Amino acid sequence: MLRIENLEKRYQTGDLALKSVNLEVPKGQVMALIGPSGAGKSTLIRCVNRLVEPTAGKVFLGDLELAHLGSSALRRARTRMGMIFQEYALVERLSVMENVLSGRLGYVGFWRSYLRKFPQSDIDEAFNLLQRVGLDHMADKRADELSGGQRQRVGICRALIQNPDLLLVDEPTASLDPKTSRQIMRLICELCEERQLAAIINIHDVLLAQMFTRRIVGLQLGAIVYDGPPDQLSPDVLTQIYGEEDWEATIEATKDLDEDEADVLAVAEKVIGRPGAPS
Amino acid sequence: MNQPVASRTWKRPPFIQSALLRWGLWVCLAIYLALAIGSMEIDWGRVGEGATRSTRFIAAFFPPDFSSRWDSIYEGIMESLWMTITSTVVGIMLSIPVGLGAARNLSWRPVYLFCRGILAVSRTFPEIILAIFFVKLFGFGPFAGFLALSVGTIGFYGKLLAEDIEDMDPVQAEAIKSVGAGWLQWLNYAVQPQVMPRMIGLGIYRLDINFRESAVVGIVGGGGIGATLLTSFDRYEFDSAAAILLVIIGIVMVMEYSSGYIRRWVQ
Repeated sequence: MLRIENLEKRYQTGDLALKSVNLEVPKGQVMALIGPSGAGKSTLIRCVNRLVEPTAGKVFLGDLELAHLGSSALRRARTRMGMIFQEYALVERLSVMENVLSGRLGYVGFWRSYLRKFPQSDIDEAFNLLQRVGLDHMADKRADELSGGQRQRVGICRALIQNPDLLLVDEPTASLDPKTSRQIMRLICELCEERQLAAIINIHDVLLAQMFTRRIVGLQLGAIVYDGPPDQLSPDVLTQIYGEEDWEATIEATKDLDEDEADVLAVAEKVIGRPGAPS
Repeated sequence: MNQPVASRTWKRPPFIQSALLRWGLWVCLAIYLALAIGSMEIDWGRVGEGATRSTRFIAAFFPPDFSSRWDSIYEGIMESLWMTITSTVVGIMLSIPVGLGAARNLSWRPVYLFCRGILAVSRTFPEIILAIFFVKLFGFGPFAGFLALSVGTIGFYGKLLAEDIEDMDPVQAEAIKSVGAGWLQWLNYAVQPQVMPRMIGLGIYRLDINFRESAVVGIVGGGGIGATLLTSFDRYEFDSAAAILLVIIGIVMVMEYSSGYIRRWVQ
């Protein structure tokens, strides 16, 4: 679905953020991109939808090469890539519904969007998605009235209503508490499964990445240093990605989690309700 | 075991590092003040004369006479309000494209410089200078005043709009860009919601300023209540002048209260 060839980004300051990155993500695969701050994770996914312009290399979405598209072709291509942001990036003074419907902006004309007269099919889909994440009763609330976890769910709806082929997810849990983080990660992974979406999830929480994805790519100083399944992340690999530290605890914790996760989550769901279900 | 550590003192580091320079500046300031006060000429005799004259002058304001010149007061106020509203609306409409162009994060470099140029020029001249200029071009009357206030509004509103856009949250803007929105859609969904409350508040504030300025531009021939006020001073009809001043104060106060209310409501 997504193929990145020799992608390079040098910022105007001269910093080389990405060094000839090659990566392929097939349809339906959810991939976690881990690495320390400043490794180039954000730059990498922003080079895909060209919120950041790559300096060299190619990006293919299906058969379409993105790196050299003109502005209107780029707009059309962006409709096929949903993006989920770290600080949710909802337009705070718009309502929840307007934020979700803004995901359709690439498909409707200016006057329709200006008058908020979206096609009925879009509105139906928006309500479906809001119901799926348990927020349909909040449709007319202003986005800044929501809690962090709720905002991120709206962000997810905005990305999915685009009907994308690919999700670009930038630190979805960085501003959330541990429980909400898991709920959001699970929701993203479930939705990708349901819709057979490819996804790149930037995440600095190694544990969460190991819990929810089957492929992990480690980025360090703009180059890929690990690409493999989560259970092969050894202390050596983590040292290579993040630098010297005692990694045994992290790895032990994941092993325990694998065994206990089912129980823990079953209890959690009883207490707090299933994250997707309307509350 | 708890050997007391020798306590270290701490003081906030001075703003100017060099002690010589720091004290030198204080001494210079003191010398300057002494010279300035010493060279000021105050003629206490004239102050005394002025005091008696001003009590007579102020006494002439009372009681304010609303009735004998009411027709021209009413006409002047209506003209001023017309000038205020039209110039605010026209000025704001013209300042939106200029403000968008003058926001660095939105516009293309040559357009940015051009729009900043427009703003700089229209902000250089105070409304009264603009009014003198437009009276020369288009003759006496409220049209000249209307143009002067409109140009003043462009400079004021355009600059603040541009600055507000430059201060907006770039992530929200990025998010709307990432869904494939067009430029106008992006303005409508990402930029407008972020700047709108402040811009409504500033629009009302500018309405307030334009009303007060409309009284000033009248004095140089730009029409409105200022012209009526000047006429009554020229005719030594201070009681009518007092009535006009009271009407102006009343309208400004009404605007002040309603603007505070509206600003709270749009937040």
